[in-house]
Amino acid sequence: MNANEGQRSSQASGSGDAVRIDDLTVSFATDAGAVKAVDGVSLHVAPGEVLAIVGESGSGKTVTARTILGLLPETATSSGAVVVSTDKGDVDVVTLTNRQMREVRGPAVSMVFQEPSTALNPVYKVGWQIAEGLRAHGKLSKKEGRAQAIDILRRVGIPDPETRVDYYPHQFSGGQKQRIVIAMALVLGPRLIVADEPTTALDVTVQAEILDLLRRCRVEFGSAIVLITHNMGVVADLADRVAVMYNGTLVEEADVSTLFADPKQEYTKKLLAAVPRIGEGTVQARERLADRPKGWAESEPVVAASGLRIQYPGRIGQKGFVAVDGVSFAIRPGEVLGLVGESGSGKTTIGRAIAGLTKVTGGSLQVLGYEMNGVSERRFRDVRDRIGFVFQDPASSFNPLLTIAQCVAEPYIVHGQASNAADARDRVDELLEAVQLPRAYGDRYPHELSGGQRQRASLARAIALKPPLLIADEPTSALDVSVQQKVLEVFADLQREFGFACLFISHDLAVVDIVADRIAVMHHGRLVEEGTGEQVLSVPEDAYTRRLLASLPVPDPEQQAKRREALRELVGEG
Amino acid sequence: MVTTTASVPVARAPKRSIWSRLPVVHQLRQSVGVQRAMLVTGLVITALFVIVAIFAPLIAPYGFAQLHGADGKDFGSQQPPSPAHIWGTTVGGYDVFSRVIWGAQTAASVIIVAVVLSIFIGVLLGLVSGYIGGWIDRVLLVVCDAIYAFPTLLLAIVMSIVISGGQSSLWGGIFAAAISITVVYIPQYFRVIRAEAVRIKAEAYVESAKVVGASTGRIMFKHVFRNSTRTLPLIFTLNASEAILTLAGLGFLGFGIEPSSAAEWGYDLNKAIADVTSGIWWTGLYPGLAIVLVVLGITLVGESLNDLADPRLRGRRAVAAASGETADITVVPGGPNEAPGGLEGLEPGAGIEHEGIEVRE
Amino acid sequence: MTALLDAPDPLSQTAAPASAPGTRRPGGGLLRYIIIRFLLIIPTVFILVTVVFFLMRSTGDPITAAQGGRLPPDELARRVHEAGYDQPLIVQYFQYLGQVFTGNFGTTFSDHQAVTTVLVTYGAATLELAFYALIVAFIVGVPLGMLAAYFRDKGWDAALRIFAILCYATPVFFAGLLLKLIFSVWLGWLPVSGRATTGDELTMQSLDHPTGIYLIDAFQTGDPAVVGDVLAHAVLPGIALGFLTAGVFLRLVRTNVISTLSTDYVASGRSRGVSEFRLVRKHAYRPALIPIITVMGLQIALLLGGAVLTETTFEWKGLGFQLAQYLQARDYVAVQGIVAMLAVIVAITNFVVDVIAALIDPRVRY
Repeated sequence: MNANEGQRSSQASGSGDAVRIDDLTVSFATDAGAVKAVDGVSLHVAPGEVLAIVGESGSGKTVTARTILGLLPETATSSGAVVVSTDKGDVDVVTLTNRQMREVRGPAVSMVFQEPSTALNPVYKVGWQIAEGLRAHGKLSKKEGRAQAIDILRRVGIPDPETRVDYYPHQFSGGQKQRIVIAMALVLGPRLIVADEPTTALDVTVQAEILDLLRRCRVEFGSAIVLITHNMGVVADLADRVAVMYNGTLVEEADVSTLFADPKQEYTKKLLAAVPRIGEGTVQARERLADRPKGWAESEPVVAASGLRIQYPGRIGQKGFVAVDGVSFAIRPGEVLGLVGESGSGKTTIGRAIAGLTKVTGGSLQVLGYEMNGVSERRFRDVRDRIGFVFQDPASSFNPLLTIAQCVAEPYIVHGQASNAADARDRVDELLEAVQLPRAYGDRYPHELSGGQRQRASLARAIALKPPLLIADEPTSALDVSVQQKVLEVFADLQREFGFACLFISHDLAVVDIVADRIAVMHHGRLVEEGTGEQVLSVPEDAYTRRLLASLPVPDPEQQAKRREALRELVGEG
Repeated sequence: MVTTTASVPVARAPKRSIWSRLPVVHQLRQSVGVQRAMLVTGLVITALFVIVAIFAPLIAPYGFAQLHGADGKDFGSQQPPSPAHIWGTTVGGYDVFSRVIWGAQTAASVIIVAVVLSIFIGVLLGLVSGYIGGWIDRVLLVVCDAIYAFPTLLLAIVMSIVISGGQSSLWGGIFAAAISITVVYIPQYFRVIRAEAVRIKAEAYVESAKVVGASTGRIMFKHVFRNSTRTLPLIFTLNASEAILTLAGLGFLGFGIEPSSAAEWGYDLNKAIADVTSGIWWTGLYPGLAIVLVVLGITLVGESLNDLADPRLRGRRAVAAASGETADITVVPGGPNEAPGGLEGLEPGAGIEHEGIEVRE
Repeated sequence: MTALLDAPDPLSQTAAPASAPGTRRPGGGLLRYIIIRFLLIIPTVFILVTVVFFLMRSTGDPITAAQGGRLPPDELARRVHEAGYDQPLIVQYFQYLGQVFTGNFGTTFSDHQAVTTVLVTYGAATLELAFYALIVAFIVGVPLGMLAAYFRDKGWDAALRIFAILCYATPVFFAGLLLKLIFSVWLGWLPVSGRATTGDELTMQSLDHPTGIYLIDAFQTGDPAVVGDVLAHAVLPGIALGFLTAGVFLRLVRTNVISTLSTDYVASGRSRGVSEFRLVRKHAYRPALIPIITVMGLQIALLLGGAVLTETTFEWKGLGFQLAQYLQARDYVAVQGIVAMLAVIVAITNFVVDVIAALIDPRVRY
């Protein structure tokens, strides 16, 4: 029994599917030659239904979705059929000319993009941009356009739409911008909405709201939705049916309950297994605590913050932004503290302050015995060989002109333990093995490694000098789920072997649960909750933590439906 | 936060030979269609220019200041094109063709001196200013912006007056012109390298080096400098073409090189203006065409390099749905963007870091 | 040209300003911006004036430079002393600074006019020329740039780009020479030089309120023949100088429109069925204009330099022409004065242009 079925709209108009894809194949011209992005995929979406297409990077899900709208670049060639149902009957999109395509886009099918900030033109008011879609499909006076824009803004939940219809995009928050993008897609009443990772760029709490809005789209507007995502929690929350793609082909297709409860294909099983779930780390955390030597809890902390305050310098004549406001915590030797928060919470700033990359403006921050407030770079340099840092973005973590071995050997060279990369090569090889990378990768350049491999190499570089403290700033946030699992595995192994203390920063509670001994939650620059994983995740005390937990979608449709109800109540009272 | 960036396929990229990794050759192989034609045309013209400049003494039938042939008879002034003087003679009695050929050599010498000087100084200043920042950066920025906003020709005139008091001998003139051009164009290199340095400063690998404890010098040269020179070939070509135009402008206004010291296209054009009213076209047409052709060639190379460096502007070969490994496609939303020119550099050092996607109101 | 490198991508895609939440006073941002920009004029002018002063003085004092060989030593020394050129350089420098900031740019040596008078007398002519050139540049450059972006990488695009490069590669004086040759000498359609025939010039100068801008004055005379004459004289110089800038605009618009067309919001518009034509016109057009406005500031510099050359070529008696005369006469006081004055003008013009750009770009306002 489909958990979401009860809400399916019975507005099945038209003859058949909202869209039907038959044996679609799409190839691209790239610098390295022809590349097939989609290979013989067949799908269909019934009217008013939500089909989720999941897959990791390179699975071809985005290309498939864009083909429905004919939004592929010139370097792409497609074959097969993509039949979309419109008011005038069914049309095969692949065969349409640009002009014919124009009429289909908007009234029949429209798109919601991933990045709300780039989907809106910064120099035009949002009302104008919404009305543009209307104007493109019929004569409309300015007044009518504006009225419709105000109406749709209200329906997607923008407060005070009469005034805000004249605002520019940069005056809205990310979540609101996404609502506006959805409004733009809805205003023409399309039968099918293609949503390409609509919540990936948003915070978890905002994500829950947008998913709610999308659900309403089905009921109130009667549109079918093709949802592209890599997040299984989102799938469990919103989808009726799921299609799993890998390497351009369709691997498995089923309704949502069946897929999660009883996956048939190997890949699907692997994918589901790799998704981190809250509560997975509890057992390991308890074991680790039990293994600690006696008196460990009283030992000198590696990092101790007390009333820490960090304020960014403002522009001329303006007060600066307070990123961290009176935060206190401590990290003991060998302990992993998970720092969780949404964007703007200040978690990254704290990590950077500990590493000496950002200045402390108030309070106290002790790192390995050095007071960071007012420290000079020259003094702090002495301790730099005892701190390791792993950055979020694997794409820019390495100097593109140096080989991996040269990059990983840098700490040795800088601290005089080796004269050049060749000298340190055996130590580099050991490090690469420790992160489960083949030794030969040392001779490669960064662009020749995948994202996950680069993050592992980044870990290798960070622990090269066996530092007692490691700071990991969202190390897996830019990685696919299965790759993330591998990297977290490697991280856990390293932690066990080398026993470093670690500040693990992330926005993902489930990830943090797997690796951390203790968890601290940040909100708007303040530390609102701290405790072991068990405490914070099962019996949170702070209202924000509760809201954060409740908003996190779990990869289990039945459970997620219940959680949705709970969240609704929580938000209702909060 | 989370973005769906592509993961590079693990199947290794074929190891490319040194030859194909050289800057221009690499682009040549990458380009296609119209862009390739432009690049090739530009390269051909530029090569022609260089050859003519080097072999001028062998190509030109007469010296640039030669007034009479071996038989002692004067060439005569303002003679129309004839077998003896294929492009005619100037009002001063010189052979037009020879002066155009020799002019190439003058132009090339000036470019080389000017551009080499300004590259070194401009790059060094830009690197230091961009990476170190602080008050030295602000001062340099204001100074360079001031110079940059001012008409280059006028500044070059001033410099020229200062250095040589007007016209002068061959090398005096060349250096005067070259140095004037250098001073005027240093700000350009400065700005571009500085912008690159500022961008790279924020990249993760530079911060990583900082965390590791590398010294400022090491970071600046090993990491920042080597990654910021990617745009140099492009600026080089732009500067070369501007240098030629400025030199010609100087010559036109009478601040170039005396005709008896060397041939200079701008000077010849100045003399040709008066000729035009009497319908004498050969004294002006050929030097002018020479300038246009050389600048066209160099700029074509520069434009093509610029296009090829930006993947969004690069054209690709359209392909049939042939066989190919399924691989990852990057879906990069939007593209790199910066604030409109007027805002940038307004308040240097504001350095507000973004925590994430949004700062809620 | 330099404009190529200055062509920034049209828009910033970063999210809401990172200022402290809650400080959204409408218009506050704009005022601050204007004030700061205005204050920046001072160091800019200061630097240029200083640089020019010390450079020019390094050749010795102006009197010696111009007449050193022709006067007996004691006469020379007397004149130098009279003019105050034998005081310590620093003292002279501060005197000069004081003069500049009170608007006194010196007196020319060769014809004993105040430099500011020179500006007033000849500035109008240069202004008029620049005006014609800008009109040509806009009419030719902007639409062609959009066309080139629309036909990207096809034959038309290549042709237009080569045209743009040719515009830039052709020195203004060579273009002028060719235009003269073809249209004045061989075809005889247009006059060879000058701003108007002598007769008409006298007519306009004897008006009650001559502005110095011949087009306006011609209309004041009420005689269509005079207007026609002025326009006929303006065509060739305007085209010569205008095409130089047109090429820059063309490439600038092309690059910006192309990069705008690949952004997400254009894709978003496409996904709602907005026509390609409308996308180029509405979405790409406005953002493409913004960098043109900002680059305009630099174009002033380009135009001024080009004006000197164009005016010399066409005997257009404006500031540039006059400057060339002073250069010939080695009148360095005049040269220094004019250059200093231009520095002030350039700085002020850049300021105005930046303010206009800020007005057009809404993100600066809030």
